[in-house]
Amino acid sequence: MMTPIYLDHNATTAVHPTVVDAMLPWLTQHYGNPSSVHWAGRAANAALEKAREQVASLLNASVNDIIFTSGGTEGDNFAIKGTALQRAEQGRHLITTAVEHPAVLETCRALERQGWQVSYLPVDSQGNLDLAQLESNIQPQTQLISVMWANNEIGNIYPLAEISVIAKARGVCLHSDAVQVAGRLPIDVQATGLDLAVISGHKFGAPKGVGALFVKSGNRLEPLMHGGSQERHRRGGTSNLASIVGLGKACELAGVEMQQNAVHVAQLRERLQQGIRRGIRGVFFHGAQQSDHRLPNTLNASFAGISGESLLMSLDLKGIAVSSGSACSSGSLEASHVMTALGVAPQLAQSSIRFSLGPTNTAAEIDYVIDELAAAVSRLRQISPFENF
Amino acid sequence: MTYEIIRPTTPKRIVVAMSGGVDSSVCAALLKEQGHEVIGITMQVWDYSRFTNPDGKTFGSCCSLDDVYDARRVAESLQMPFYVVNFEREFQRHVIDNFCDEYFAGRTPNPCVLCNQVLKFELLMRKAQALNADYLATGHYAQMREVDGQPALFQGRDQHKDQSYFLFTLTPQQMRQTLFPLGAMTKGEVRAQAQRFGLQVAEKAESQDICFVPDGDYAGFLETQRGSGQKNGEIIHDNGQMLGQHQGIYRYTIGQRKGLGLSWPEPLYVVGIDATQNRVIVGEKPLLSRRDFQVRRCLWNIEPPQSPLHVDCRIRYRHQPIAARVCPRADGGAEIAFTSPQKGVTPGQAAVFYLADRVIGGGWIA
Repeated sequence: MMTPIYLDHNATTAVHPTVVDAMLPWLTQHYGNPSSVHWAGRAANAALEKAREQVASLLNASVNDIIFTSGGTEGDNFAIKGTALQRAEQGRHLITTAVEHPAVLETCRALERQGWQVSYLPVDSQGNLDLAQLESNIQPQTQLISVMWANNEIGNIYPLAEISVIAKARGVCLHSDAVQVAGRLPIDVQATGLDLAVISGHKFGAPKGVGALFVKSGNRLEPLMHGGSQERHRRGGTSNLASIVGLGKACELAGVEMQQNAVHVAQLRERLQQGIRRGIRGVFFHGAQQSDHRLPNTLNASFAGISGESLLMSLDLKGIAVSSGSACSSGSLEASHVMTALGVAPQLAQSSIRFSLGPTNTAAEIDYVIDELAAAVSRLRQISPFENF
Repeated sequence: MTYEIIRPTTPKRIVVAMSGGVDSSVCAALLKEQGHEVIGITMQVWDYSRFTNPDGKTFGSCCSLDDVYDARRVAESLQMPFYVVNFEREFQRHVIDNFCDEYFAGRTPNPCVLCNQVLKFELLMRKAQALNADYLATGHYAQMREVDGQPALFQGRDQHKDQSYFLFTLTPQQMRQTLFPLGAMTKGEVRAQAQRFGLQVAEKAESQDICFVPDGDYAGFLETQRGSGQKNGEIIHDNGQMLGQHQGIYRYTIGQRKGLGLSWPEPLYVVGIDATQNRVIVGEKPLLSRRDFQVRRCLWNIEPPQSPLHVDCRIRYRHQPIAARVCPRADGGAEIAFTSPQKGVTPGQAAVFYLADRVIGGGWIA
């Protein structure tokens, strides 16, 4: 009855077939623990370190500056808490933005409960930061600035290189949650001047549960995971080897395919946006107006007068996977904090839908989505113009 | 009269209100087996995290997070789409606030009727319509039939489980879009079906009490919502004698005997609550029985009667309906006269009128 169409790549992606192939031997014949001294351990360690090189290469980082983690949430926790705990004596102030991923926001709030002060920088209606405001928030006590590289909901790309200049001038450590950028757009942590950066494998063709934290040498972090000498005593726990091999392979593939993929998804995104513009009235697009200030794969739109939740469900029943800003699986009530930060009116915020495209999507899929979307929006508006929940 | 059980004969899209309990799970499984396109929705109406026991166990009640989990697992095992919709705000506004208002006004509310009326059959129904569903189905033990071309609500076949009392507010329009697939089954049959379908919830205990007060401490709940000390006052004997003080009229309900803390030669019962003077009126057992009372805001599932009508009247859930005469008033209320005095006529509860096993209307006891 329906062919499933997946437009939720900012939530997660399929594991790349080449990545699966690269991983399989490390689940079967090469089962060693990279920390072991014997032949099995040596083989495993070689794979581990090769993966580290692949990750470092994608980020243009030193190999020694890459720590494997369980993913984006651990990475952000590690970067922020690790820095805060390490530098608690020097000061207890952090700066971040109002539109960060919860992995950053909730970590900051946890530190607030323990006595740190946090400045949450606002954004304008397009999601842009005011860098002068960022600078004016820096105090002598400020130990860390954490700004996401690209926003998961609206796709806005933040000017980390410019922020880095400000941070350096004031001697403040700079962290970036680069989860949505890694593998999709070029990342150069050295040229950008980052001290810390976090990536997550499953956003670009590696499996779930693996990621990496870049820590520029010289920055010391208090570990979160004690109990092992892995990752040079920085992150205890037996290495998740097969997944790490997968992450390395995904990084290698991204280096080759990234540019082509970005062009492909940008074209499809444009097709989707034009199709929505032509076919549906009362649509508001969120995020930076200039499309090159957003991730090429992300489109966020509100459909006035209907609930994003109902639209999401209606599309789901047609086999189309998208995401709405607000509702999580347990039925969260609050409008998305990103929409709120943009100053979007609550009703419009509740009607927002995020489309996030991937390299395997096709123009035919986009055309089908446009048709089904127009039909669903029109039906929902007819049923109950302002009150269908 | 011709009774035709309403049951779709061709495959339809049906939203099932899933609570995670055995009834709604079997309801979904049966509809799915009949070939319908079934979509499960759980309403999250309350943040249960604040009601977790110190030992980490949650209280057994409808719609807790554990129940959302159970509902999701059932939907997954039946391979049907499943969603959670958040109605916390609406539940607070339409059910909780009313619940508190009623207790503060000296009445004993029935939030389940309101929850059905507003949350399930208005908001969730609207959600079902938004999903282009033909019907909303629930696991209630009640039956929908067609009588002379009009939908009509009847008791469930299982006398012990009949839930028609909670459903008297349904409008004909809502009835046309509602299915009660368990209406002709007994609880035992439903459990057997759950076994047959291999549902993990087959052995799950019945939900008890009011879902948002899982520990049964109504007074504590009301004071959390509204603050304490506002409705303290005197306990007065029906003969006018002052017998003591109380810590809030909402701690008392008609017929209550326990917890009065009074010494008196005869056992005393709460026989009245005067919210304007914050008085609890107590008296001996005979005072509990009433023959005549009034109801407000009647709703009718038949042509609203213009003259007195003989019905069977049920004044609380699981109350055996008693013959009564209903005299409608012009203001939408009615005077009710039982054929014999009844105990426990409690302001705030619903009085539901039956003709044999058909629900023909009801109102709120004044």
